[in-house]
Amino acid sequence: MKKWRCLVCDFVYDEQLGLPDEDIPAGTRWQDVPESWTCRDCGAPKSDFLMVEV
Amino acid sequence: MSTTPMSAEPAAAYRDDKRHWWWLPLFVALSPVLGVYLAATTGQKLWLWITPILWYVALPVADWLVGRDTRNPPDAAVPSLESDRYYKFLVYASIPLFYVTWIVGAWAVATQDYGWAGYLGVSLSVALTNGLALVVGHEVGHKTGRFEKRLAQIVLAVPAYGHFSAEHNRGHHKDVATPDDPASSRFGESLYAFVLREIPGALGRAWRDEKVRLARSGKGPWSLSNELLQSFAITAVLYGSALALLGPVIIPFLLISTFWGWQFLSTSNYIEHYGLLRQKLPDGRFERCRPEHSWNADHIVSNLMLYHLQRHSDHHARPTRCYQALRSDKAPELPSGYPLCFTLTYFPPLWRAVMDKRVLAVYGGDITRVNIQPSKREQILARYGAGRQTATGV
Repeated sequence: MKKWRCLVCDFVYDEQLGLPDEDIPAGTRWQDVPESWTCRDCGAPKSDFLMVEV
Repeated sequence: MSTTPMSAEPAAAYRDDKRHWWWLPLFVALSPVLGVYLAATTGQKLWLWITPILWYVALPVADWLVGRDTRNPPDAAVPSLESDRYYKFLVYASIPLFYVTWIVGAWAVATQDYGWAGYLGVSLSVALTNGLALVVGHEVGHKTGRFEKRLAQIVLAVPAYGHFSAEHNRGHHKDVATPDDPASSRFGESLYAFVLREIPGALGRAWRDEKVRLARSGKGPWSLSNELLQSFAITAVLYGSALALLGPVIIPFLLISTFWGWQFLSTSNYIEHYGLLRQKLPDGRFERCRPEHSWNADHIVSNLMLYHLQRHSDHHARPTRCYQALRSDKAPELPSGYPLCFTLTYFPPLWRAVMDKRVLAVYGGDITRVNIQPSKREQILARYGAGRQTATGV
């Protein structure tokens, strides 16, 4: 399980937690998050996230 | 003119009508130099006021004459529009111009005999190009590449606002249109109260966010890797060299051009989200930022000068989108472009007379859904009490 950080606003997506309130269940890998998903804090698209160390 | 965005045309048929007009801000960036040159050659010192006259008089008139443009590039045309290097080149090319203008301005006030009025005109002209430097810093600072982030630090050093990228990207975009954001203005808050809240609030938030970023790589805030300090160091070299070479005569120029330049940023921020509020969700978080959380203005001429900054709703909904591809969105509309709005904000009763009804219209007259200035909350709630509806459309 990895974490990904938004390059715009520093929001962190944690694969272990997912985003259940956005219909992304816990354990959803980053590659399985829909391409249309955007950062919940600032709206940046998925392509602007970088992987960070767990 | 229609306010319905048009985006249904096929990508192949799309042609960016503004393509060759994006040179305009480069001329504006050099306008104080032109003023100094024309004052010297014609003897008419009014030329020293060229940029304030351009911003406060010519642009509102041009916005009124030329009008608005709600045309959007079709979705299929956006990738090629965004990857077109021409647009990037224009932004990059403007960066040295802000240095040229600043240096010429400092030299002119120190060496030419303008009298106080001419001195003030040059200082305010450079203040406004400093404001434009902040707009350019905003555009490049949003990009995620290292090169563009460096460019942002360099251009933001001219108006001495090196903390802007950290503050704006990691602070303002996250907290926009919430009571927590020092860069989102509240219903009933005057520009003057806002400036005093925003400027220190933005610096404090930027410093805290930078501290957190540096801590991730095990560094303290007083490190050479601190991106705020890096930009401030460029400012110190620029301002320090000018002061050493030209003498204390430039101190008023430094103060006016810097603080009025900051005012340009603060006033833009004041206009961009006035009274708008993201509602709180049951889990205590604020709802996502959507186009209706920013004011939009489609006025063509001021948008050309400001790299489409006035298409602010789309910018917040999609913060990494390049200026040339920003869209007119289904968002609350300002009565005019920023140049005229600036003058309205300087007179708080005038601004509130124009804008308060527009804010209420966004929320169907429900004042409880508005971002209200806390010190005036009771008074405002009593005045626009629940159940009282406004029929004013936006």
